[in-house]
Amino acid sequence: MSVFKVTKENFGEVKSSEKRVLLDFYADWCGPCRMVSPLVEKIAEEHDEYLICKINVDEQPELAAAFAVSSIPTLVVMENGKIINQASGARPLPQILAMLEG
Amino acid sequence: MNHIYDMIIIGGGPAGYTAALYATRAGLDTLVLERMSAGGQMALTDIIDNYPGFDEGIDGFTLGMKMQQGAERFGAKTEYGEVLAVDFTDTIKKIETTSGTYVSKTVVISTGANPRELGIDKEAELVGRGVHYCAHCDGRFYKDKTVMVVGGGNSAAADALYLSRIAKKVYLVHRRDTLRATKIYHEPLRNAQNVEFLWNSTVSEFLVDNKIIGAKINTNGTKTDVLCDGIFISIGRRPATEFLGGAVQLDQNGYIVADETTKTNVSGVFAVGDVRTKALRQVVTAAADGAVAAHFAEEYLMDEGL
Repeated sequence: MSVFKVTKENFGEVKSSEKRVLLDFYADWCGPCRMVSPLVEKIAEEHDEYLICKINVDEQPELAAAFAVSSIPTLVVMENGKIINQASGARPLPQILAMLEG
Repeated sequence: MNHIYDMIIIGGGPAGYTAALYATRAGLDTLVLERMSAGGQMALTDIIDNYPGFDEGIDGFTLGMKMQQGAERFGAKTEYGEVLAVDFTDTIKKIETTSGTYVSKTVVISTGANPRELGIDKEAELVGRGVHYCAHCDGRFYKDKTVMVVGGGNSAAADALYLSRIAKKVYLVHRRDTLRATKIYHEPLRNAQNVEFLWNSTVSEFLVDNKIIGAKINTNGTKTDVLCDGIFISIGRRPATEFLGGAVQLDQNGYIVADETTKTNVSGVFAVGDVRTKALRQVVTAAADGAVAAHFAEEYLMDEGL
């Protein structure tokens, strides 16, 4: 699957997702975010069991504020609409997968 | 048996990919091991104005990608994985990573450096909740808020100046009574109305209410609570050499001991870029190291008949 681009209008689909969700809060101008983006895309391609999402913090400041994002990239794992894991900063692929599995 | 490379480069920043470019052009079978994505520290830099050839500057991430593609054009390969351990005792050197074991006749270490932490209680858990190491990445979350920058070198000065244009107020906390940063920063910082210098001061404690709400500042022994919404730490770098486990000689700060030849104390192992003991750590000097290492690696392979 491809990465689901989240806006405040479609955020309901994320909250009601039956799959475990990964949210990647990013911005186009942020170097570490650009390092993480291809990793998140690779997970989306290879792991159908997860819903992999990205949220542009410049376009969606309300969502960034709702998750108290003050540092990007921030990765959030959700299940049944609840946050089960949240971490800031770029990290290698195995660590992102471990966050999802954890 | 694993494929034996002529050269394995650990770390895909400017030093690593320049070594890869020169090595592949010299006909060496070359692999780059990268933990995450090309560029290293450079990729975290908004704009690079002092790497020659880019008259309008270039963002660090794009320059990193270009360096990777430049090396790959001549046959360099990249594998993604984190190095767990190395064994340089035999002529054929072993590197264990999260994506398998690799072996090579020569090794170039170009793992660079990471931001140095303050070493204060709760620092790691407050990352993303008010503690930051990258002003360009996270500064925009502090529009019209109050922030603190810790440090007095060039990057601390640049961070303070950058944040002064976004935040309502910037405290610059420095342990000396004058900036170590080059002159170019002094005047603009003094002219910024919203920058307040806290000289002879250190952070002794974070003030926390779920997230950062300030810091306890120690000024010549007097402690004061200074309230702020975020703290940007810019107190230098720590070389990424822990994974080597003593396989090559380090100096007292953890940098790999190697002179301008980039040769370490182990034959066939070279250190390039910010991870090496050197006078000036810049993209251009890192790239230069890469070229030098490829040259001496080629010479080593010839001399040893490998």
